[in-house]
Amino acid sequence: MENEPAFFETSPTPSSVGQPMNRVDGRDKVMGRAKYSAEYPLPGLTYGVLKTSDIAKGKIQNIDTSAAAKAPGVLAIYTHLNLPKLAKTPNDADGKKAIGAPMGFLPLTSDVIYYAGQPVALVVADTFERATQAATLVRVTYAAEQPIAAYTDPKAQLFNPEKIQDGKADGYTRRGDARAALASSPIKMTAVYTHAINHHNPMEPGSTTAIWEAPDRLTVYESTQGVTRTQKSLAAMLGLPQDQVRVVTKFLGGGFGCKGSCWPHTVLTAQAAKGVGRPVKLVLSRKQQFTSMGHREDQTQTLTLGATNEGKLTALIHEKTSTTSPWDNYAESNSKIINLLYECPTFESHYQLARGNVMTSTFTRAPGEAPGSFAIECSMDDLAYQLGIDPIEIRLRNYAEKDPSTGQAWSSKSLRQCYARGAELFGWSKRNPKAGVTKDGRTLVGWGMATASYPVHSSQGTARVRLFADGHAVVQAGATDLGTGTYTVMTQVAADSLGLPPEKVRFELGDTRLPTAPNSGGSVAAGTVSSSVYMAAQDVWQKLTKMATQDPKSPLFKAKPEDVTMEKGRLQLKKDPSKGEDFMALMKRGGLDDIEGSGQGKYGAGYEAGQSANAASDAHKDEAGQHSMHSFGAHFCEVHVDPDLGTVRVTRWVSVHGAGRILNAKTARSQIIGGSIFGIGAALMEATVRDPHYARYVNSDLGDYHIPVNADIPDMTVEFIDEHDPYINAMGVKGIGEISMVGVSAAVANAVFHATGKRVRDLPITPDKILGTKAV
Amino acid sequence: MNNFTYLQATAAKDATAAVAGTKEAAFIAGGTTLLDLMKLDVENHSQLVDINMLAFKGVEQTADGLRIGALERMSDVGENPLVLQNYPVISQSLLLAASPQLRNMASIGGNILQRTRCGYFRDTAFPCNKRQPGSGCPAQDGENRGLAILGGSKSCIATYPGDLAVALVALDAVLLLENSKGKQRRVPLVDFHVVPGSTPQRETVIEPGELIVSVTVPAAAHARKSMYLKVRDRASYAFALASAAVGLDVQGGQIRSARVALGGVGTKPWRSLAAEKVLTGAPATEATFRAAAAAAVRDAQPHEQNRFKVELAQNTLVRALTELSAA
Repeated sequence: MENEPAFFETSPTPSSVGQPMNRVDGRDKVMGRAKYSAEYPLPGLTYGVLKTSDIAKGKIQNIDTSAAAKAPGVLAIYTHLNLPKLAKTPNDADGKKAIGAPMGFLPLTSDVIYYAGQPVALVVADTFERATQAATLVRVTYAAEQPIAAYTDPKAQLFNPEKIQDGKADGYTRRGDARAALASSPIKMTAVYTHAINHHNPMEPGSTTAIWEAPDRLTVYESTQGVTRTQKSLAAMLGLPQDQVRVVTKFLGGGFGCKGSCWPHTVLTAQAAKGVGRPVKLVLSRKQQFTSMGHREDQTQTLTLGATNEGKLTALIHEKTSTTSPWDNYAESNSKIINLLYECPTFESHYQLARGNVMTSTFTRAPGEAPGSFAIECSMDDLAYQLGIDPIEIRLRNYAEKDPSTGQAWSSKSLRQCYARGAELFGWSKRNPKAGVTKDGRTLVGWGMATASYPVHSSQGTARVRLFADGHAVVQAGATDLGTGTYTVMTQVAADSLGLPPEKVRFELGDTRLPTAPNSGGSVAAGTVSSSVYMAAQDVWQKLTKMATQDPKSPLFKAKPEDVTMEKGRLQLKKDPSKGEDFMALMKRGGLDDIEGSGQGKYGAGYEAGQSANAASDAHKDEAGQHSMHSFGAHFCEVHVDPDLGTVRVTRWVSVHGAGRILNAKTARSQIIGGSIFGIGAALMEATVRDPHYARYVNSDLGDYHIPVNADIPDMTVEFIDEHDPYINAMGVKGIGEISMVGVSAAVANAVFHATGKRVRDLPITPDKILGTKAV
Repeated sequence: MNNFTYLQATAAKDATAAVAGTKEAAFIAGGTTLLDLMKLDVENHSQLVDINMLAFKGVEQTADGLRIGALERMSDVGENPLVLQNYPVISQSLLLAASPQLRNMASIGGNILQRTRCGYFRDTAFPCNKRQPGSGCPAQDGENRGLAILGGSKSCIATYPGDLAVALVALDAVLLLENSKGKQRRVPLVDFHVVPGSTPQRETVIEPGELIVSVTVPAAAHARKSMYLKVRDRASYAFALASAAVGLDVQGGQIRSARVALGGVGTKPWRSLAAEKVLTGAPATEATFRAAAAAAVRDAQPHEQNRFKVELAQNTLVRALTELSAA
C-alpha cells in the first residue's frame, strides 16, 4: 500500500473526493422518498401526545384523566402515578451518568414541577387527532410557587460551579497572573456582552417511533444525531442489554445539538409502546420543541483585556453568568476559545450559575465558541479602534503561533491565509478606518470581520466495506446525516478508496446494527467516519493484495505486498503498472462473490500514522497527541443600517476557512453558508423570551421566534484554504459543522459598529437597539 | 385542539344562521388564524362553517371607488392591477404581510379580523384578559416589546397585528356586514375595531353570526398616491414593529389632503386624524412630517420594553411621508 491515500495530493486525474458532487440522497428527498423517523407506517401504529405543565414551579395536586380516558380511541394515559418503573432514571447522579442523560430529571417520575412545559402526561390513542384532543381533556391542578426565571432575577442565587458543561469543563481556569498583568498594562478595557436564549429549531422536530419486537427487544426510529448514544441511554433506562435496543435514523431534518442526546420524550414513548403493546409514535409540536430538547442558555459575559500600546494582549479575564436548571451545572464553555484564539501570556475565567425553573440547556451549534467568540472578537475590534489599528492587523499582532492554552504546536493552522484571502475577496483594503462615516443614501454602511476557530474533537468510529466481485460496494457506518451531506461525502470517500465510480457505491448509515460511529456532533462526523471508511477500504485492499500475491494465476503472484498499489480498482506493481489485474478478475477467479473489510477512524491517527489498517505506532501516537487540533477561519461582513428605522441588513458576506481536507466543495460550501446564516440569526434576530414572572416562554413558535428568511441573506462567498493536516485523522478532515457560525455574530456586530459608531453588545441586534444612532 | 363538526355553506344565510344558532360555532375561510388558534386551544369551536363557497368575491371599480369581496385572497388582491394602480397602499400592505403560502390562503375578511400575536394571548397557560376576562395582563410588566403604545389599557396592550386594515382604515374603507336575518349594514372600518378598555375580549363591533361581505374604498387622489412602510425584526415574514400607511395629495408643494394610519403600535388599526390635521394645508416638508409624526404619538403610553416604538413610529411615518412626497 502507498503511504498516503492515493487521492490526497492534488491529482490531475479527477477523483471524487473534493468534487462538488450532488447529494446522493437529494432526489429521494425532493421526491418525498427519504423516510424520516416519524414516517414509518408500522402496522398497528398508535400516537402519543404530551400534555405539558402550565406552571414553572410547584406540585401537581391532582391529575384527573377520567374524561381523557373515556375519549374515543384512547389506549392509555401515563402520568407520574402510573409510569412503569425504569431500571435507571437520570434523577440521581449515578443514573444520569449511566444513561448519559442531558438532564438530571425525567418527567413523569414525580409530582414536582420544575419548569414550564415539563411533560405531566402522555396520552396514547389510535390516531394523532384523538390523542391530541384527549390530551386537552387531562385536567391538572397545581399548587404553584413563584419560579425563578433567570439569573437576572433578584431572588436568584448565584454560585460558582467547580465544573460546567455537565462536568466536561472547568468552572475556573487560570493561566499566569492575569490580574497583575492587567494592572501593569497601559490599555485596559472591560465590556459586558449579553446573549439571548436561542433555540436550535431544526425543521424536523424531535420524534420517536417505538416498537417492541419482543418483550425484551425494542426498535426505535428516532430523530437523533447519534443512534448509538440513544441506544445506550435507552438500554440503561429500560434495563435491557444494549444489543436488545435498535435505534434507526436514516434521515434527519437538522439537529444543531438538540438531537445530540436522548431526551425524556424518547424513553417515555418506549414505555408507552410497551404499555399499550403496539408501536407508538410521538412527534413534538413546535411549541413543545422549545421545552423538550434544550436550548442555548441566556448569559452575560464580562471580558476584560489588557494590552500594550502596540495592541499586544497582556491579560484576558473572562466571567460568565448564566441560567441553569435545578439539577445540572450546565453552561457552554465560552472561555476555551478566548483562551486560545490569540497569543496572550495570562488568562483567567470564572463561571457563575443561577438555578432557574428551566430545563437544562444543551450544546447548540458551536457551544461556547459561538458566544465566546462574540465577546473576544468584539473586544478585539474595540482594541483596534482605540489604538487606530486595522482590525486584521490587531489580530495578526496577536497571532498565536502555538496554542496559548496548552503550549502545544498546532497540527495545522491557515488563519493567516484566511485573513489574507478573505480580505482580498471582500476588498477590505478599501475600508474607511473611521466608524460611522460611510453612507449609501440614508443608510449607514459598515464593514466588520472576525476570526473563527473550532476544535477537532477527539473521537473514533468504525466502518465496514463490502466489495463485490461485480464491481459495486456497500459501505456502512452507524453515523448520522444531519442533512448536511454525510451520505454524499462518504460515498465519495468510499468510491475513491475503492477505485470505483461513486454510482457503484452505496453508503448506509443511521442504524445501531451498523458499525459504531460517533455522534454527529462537535463537528466530528466527517473526519471520523471518512477515516473509518478509508481504513476499511485499506483493509479490503490488504486482503486482496495478499490474495493476489499468493495466487499463482495472478500477474502479481509472489510480488511483495508492499510493492503493490491500487489504481482505479486495479492492483498493480508500483514500479511497473502494466503488471497487475482488476480486482474483479482476481475475486472471480478465487470464487469470491464479495469481500469485507473494516476500519477504525481515530482522532490523532493522522494519515501518516493511519497508512495501514493497523493502529498507529506508539511513537506516532505521542507525536499526534502533542498537537493542538483546530480549524480556523475568518468572516467578513458588510451591513447597511437604517439609523432611523433601526434595521440592519447584511449586504455582503465572505467566509474563508482552513479546515483540513474538504470532502465535497458543494456540500461544504452549503454547510458554511448554513452556519453563517445560523450566526446571522443569532446576531440579528433570534431570541426566545422567557417571561420574568412566570418563567415561561412567550414566543415559542416560528412566527415569533425569528430566524433569517431568504430576504435577510445576501449572496455569500465561501472559500477554503487548501490545508493538509497530517495529524488529525486518516483523511485529514477537520469538520466544518460548527466553525461556520463561530465569530459570525461578532463580524456582524463589528460591521454595525463600523456603520454607526455604536457598539451593541446585547444580542440579538434588533431595531430597538439601533434607534437613536445617527451618523457621526 | 378539540373535536368539531364541519359544515360547508353555499348560501350566506345558511352560514350566518348556522353560526348564530350554534354556541361556539365559527366561520372558516382561509383558516390561517383560526386553525392556528384552535391548535393552541386559544379558540375552541364546536362547529366550523366553511364560507369559501359564498359569492363574496370580486375586485372591482365602482362608481365611487373600489369594492373587494371579503373572500378574495390576500395574494390576488395584492397583485390586482386596479389595486396596484389606484390604491398602492393596499397592495403593498398585503404583499408585505405574512408569506406567499399564507397570502394564497388568507381571505380579506379574515385578515381584517386577524387576532393579536401577543404571546400571553396565544398561550393558555398565561392569564390574559382578552382570552379569559378578569384573569389579568402579564404583558403590562412582562414581555411587551412588541405590544401597543397607542390605545392600550390596564387590561390589555395587545397589538392589532395586521397590515391590510391599517391601509384600509387610512383610506376611509367601509365594511359591508350581513347578519343571520339577511340584514346588511355598513360600518366604517375606523369604527369596526375597538380599543380594549376594560373589555379586551371584544375586538370589533361584529355581532355573532355576522359576516363581512365586502370592503369598499372611496377613490381619491390621496389613495392613488399612497404607500405602506413596514419595519420589522427581519426583512420578510414578520409582524410590524411599526408601520405607516400614508396617502397624500400634494399640489404646488402644499398638502391638499392626507391620510395617515399606523400599524404595529396600536391596539387597533390606528388612524391618526391628529397627524392628518397637521399635514392638511401645510407645506410638504420634513418639518411638517415631523410635526405630524409627533402629533400621531402624542397620546402614546409606552411600557418598559416598547418605549422605542414612540421614536420608531414617528420615524416610520416621517420616512413614509418623505418617500411618498418625493415619488
